[in-house]
Amino acid sequence: MTLSIQSLTVRYGDKTAVDDVTLDIAVGDVLALVGPSGCGKSTLLRTIAGLVEPAQGRVVWQGRDITSVPTHQRGIGLMFQDHALFTHRNVADNIDFGLKMGGVDAGTRDTRVEELLVLVGLEGFGPRSVEGLSGGEAQRVALARALAPEPELLLLDEPLASLDRGRRIELNVELARLLRELEQTAVYVTHDQDEAFSLADVVGVMHQGELLRLGEPAQVWRDPQSEVVARFLGHEAIIEMDGHRFAVRPDAIVLADSEGDYRGVVRACAFQGDRYELLVDVNDQTWRLFHDDALSPGAPVQLMLDPTKLALLVSRT
Amino acid sequence: MTLAAVPATFVAVFFAYPVGTLLARGIGLDADRLLDVMTGSRFLKVIWFTTWQAALSTLLAGTLAVPLTWAIANRQFAGRRLARGLVTVPFVLPTVVVAGAFIGLMDRFGLDQGTIRLRHTVWAILLAHAFFNIAVFVRSVGGFWMQLDRRPEEAARTLGASPWQAFREVTLPRLQSSIVAAISVVFLFSFTSFAVILLLGGPRRSSIETEIYRYAVTRSDISTAAALSIVQMVAVVSLVVVNGWLQRRATGSQGLVADRAVPAQTRGQRTRLAAALACTALVLGLPLAVLVERSLASGGGYSFANYQALGERVRLLPISATDALVNSMTFAVVAAGIALVVGGMASLAIVHGTRSVSRVLDLGMLLPLGTSAVTLGFGVLISLDRGVLDLRSSWWIVPITQSLIAIPFVVRGVVPVLRAIDPTLREAAATLGAAPARVRREIDLRIGARALATGVGFAFAISLGEFGATSFVGRRSDLLTVPLAIQRLLSTPGDLLRGQAMALSVILMLVTTVVVFIGDRLHPKAGGLL
Repeated sequence: MTLSIQSLTVRYGDKTAVDDVTLDIAVGDVLALVGPSGCGKSTLLRTIAGLVEPAQGRVVWQGRDITSVPTHQRGIGLMFQDHALFTHRNVADNIDFGLKMGGVDAGTRDTRVEELLVLVGLEGFGPRSVEGLSGGEAQRVALARALAPEPELLLLDEPLASLDRGRRIELNVELARLLRELEQTAVYVTHDQDEAFSLADVVGVMHQGELLRLGEPAQVWRDPQSEVVARFLGHEAIIEMDGHRFAVRPDAIVLADSEGDYRGVVRACAFQGDRYELLVDVNDQTWRLFHDDALSPGAPVQLMLDPTKLALLVSRT
Repeated sequence: MTLAAVPATFVAVFFAYPVGTLLARGIGLDADRLLDVMTGSRFLKVIWFTTWQAALSTLLAGTLAVPLTWAIANRQFAGRRLARGLVTVPFVLPTVVVAGAFIGLMDRFGLDQGTIRLRHTVWAILLAHAFFNIAVFVRSVGGFWMQLDRRPEEAARTLGASPWQAFREVTLPRLQSSIVAAISVVFLFSFTSFAVILLLGGPRRSSIETEIYRYAVTRSDISTAAALSIVQMVAVVSLVVVNGWLQRRATGSQGLVADRAVPAQTRGQRTRLAAALACTALVLGLPLAVLVERSLASGGGYSFANYQALGERVRLLPISATDALVNSMTFAVVAAGIALVVGGMASLAIVHGTRSVSRVLDLGMLLPLGTSAVTLGFGVLISLDRGVLDLRSSWWIVPITQSLIAIPFVVRGVVPVLRAIDPTLREAAATLGAAPARVRREIDLRIGARALATGVGFAFAISLGEFGATSFVGRRSDLLTVPLAIQRLLSTPGDLLRGQAMALSVILMLVTTVVVFIGDRLHPKAGGLL
């Protein structure tokens, strides 16, 4: 284990932002923390970086308790949502900052900055002002800057949130590849589950300060365990069988020609390119599912569930 | 156009003509005399002293402002808004009151003799200037710092910078433009400071301002005084130009947030905050507390005797102090009225006039701000002495001159408000049948009323405390104002006179503070330079 968070609680005044969170990350793993905005995921990240002091609990880094070690001595890199680039320095000097603080000699620093510019695909951008950069370019500079001092742990706080959709997907793929190649241990905070699932080894779902679910992406997707997590993942259908409650993934629901288990009425149908997303009113719930053909709103439908894809919900008290 | 005519004429007659006359006198000096004056060792000494005392005053003000600037920008605490307001009190105080407070301080703690002697040393001047100008740093640097996004600093911390390194490498460069702006303003104020140097410096310390006064009033050497005024104006204009250049050079966009301050959480943070506030309260509160204490001290005990004595004639003053108070209030009301009419019309003309009218008037209305009060008063004194403009013997000369100093503040407060009015409002009023003059009355004046009222309040306060120009134009004995009375009382030793000066200072301090605070409540963004 590299990073171990033990019973961590953070309070802002009388509001509890992070509530008794415990988790471990192994070397080389990428942990994605997901959850709606305000769930405490960014606060948890900032606590790991030492920018926020916890009310209780410990942050342990390779066996050493670093809870009260000041930020600059932790050797943890952080990439910010809005880049937080130094506007009074050019691109190269931004990337160079961490090396300078680390007391690296000038020659080595220049070489390293060049390497990083190549790594993030910004060769030749060194002397440019950071104020003229596009959102994607600024994000690459922020990444290069965070990677420059070779932090053992890299924290990323919604790194792609300020980009438009196309750029976001492109950079997401690239970021996943880079983290993999560098075998970088990282914690990645996002409110976008697609982003999380596509690059994480481990996913943690947070809600109102609590860590509700922690596991491999596929496992969390298949078995959300609680209704809150299921709903966050988009599993809107919740059914009751034999006194137990189950969450039903969209891909577990299929249209039946006749004699389905459930009867519903199409509420909306949206074309998604390769398929149609349907919202179907079933009893007092609205289920989300995918289908190859369009259906008009108001049409009655019969639905069947694939029993192998149901997830048992553990009731939370 | 008609709207622009009134303020333009006013400024031309009462500002441009007098100052122009003064310049002409100075330049008209025969070349040898002028050269003699300018290369004289006393002259160079005066310029040198004016410059270095201004530089040191600025440094001292900046240093003393650090604790509160930091606290207001970075920490949320009860009374933070109030602290921002209170720190402005010294800044709006009449200069003679500040000088009085420091003389009181020296009397109280025996600093006018002995080992720690302040009286007639440059330290008294520097401390008084710093006391005055701490507000400029706190409001300008603190106000900007408060809005600076923390994240670049946090990024620096995660990249291995210690708190101090993060401040030096990231925060300080981002604050640079606001620091430069504050330094320029404070340097300018200290460079053109008059009453403080006259009263605290003693006969040996002379700045350009006090030297102009001495040559013009004491020695009646108008030519030398005029030559000095030219030097003063050149210096002030250069400072304004350099300031503008520095401002343009300052790096542009910074990530801004509504408020970056967070509450103090650990015991260490709370201690530092308390220390910062206590230290500022001491620096700013002590001179004012001592002023009040001195005003109440008489004959070994405390009483209102000094206040009661204000109604009586003393040999030193041509009229009683209460009569001077009546004069001051009358002049302040008239000056505020003139500032309201001229400043209001100028603001409307600047916003609605054609581009060239607007630009010329905008600049013309700012000129008095860049001219020292002594130069203005001296100019008025030597020029408005002929024909219909022979105003020297009329009491009108006093409020007119004072209003010139206040008008730029009114214009600077009102114009941005009028410019910010959504033009569709005026268009809507016009389509509903309002003629242009009616539109201005119904839309501009209604919306700009608060800013105008604030500016007028400020004008009232400025007039009440004005000393530099009034010391020239208000020399007729029955026109004596409170600041002039305080100066005369302070310049002469004697416990009774000192006590009366302190009592008058306290009254002036209270009136000024109340007026400025009401103005600040009406329209917090107005109030000119801050």
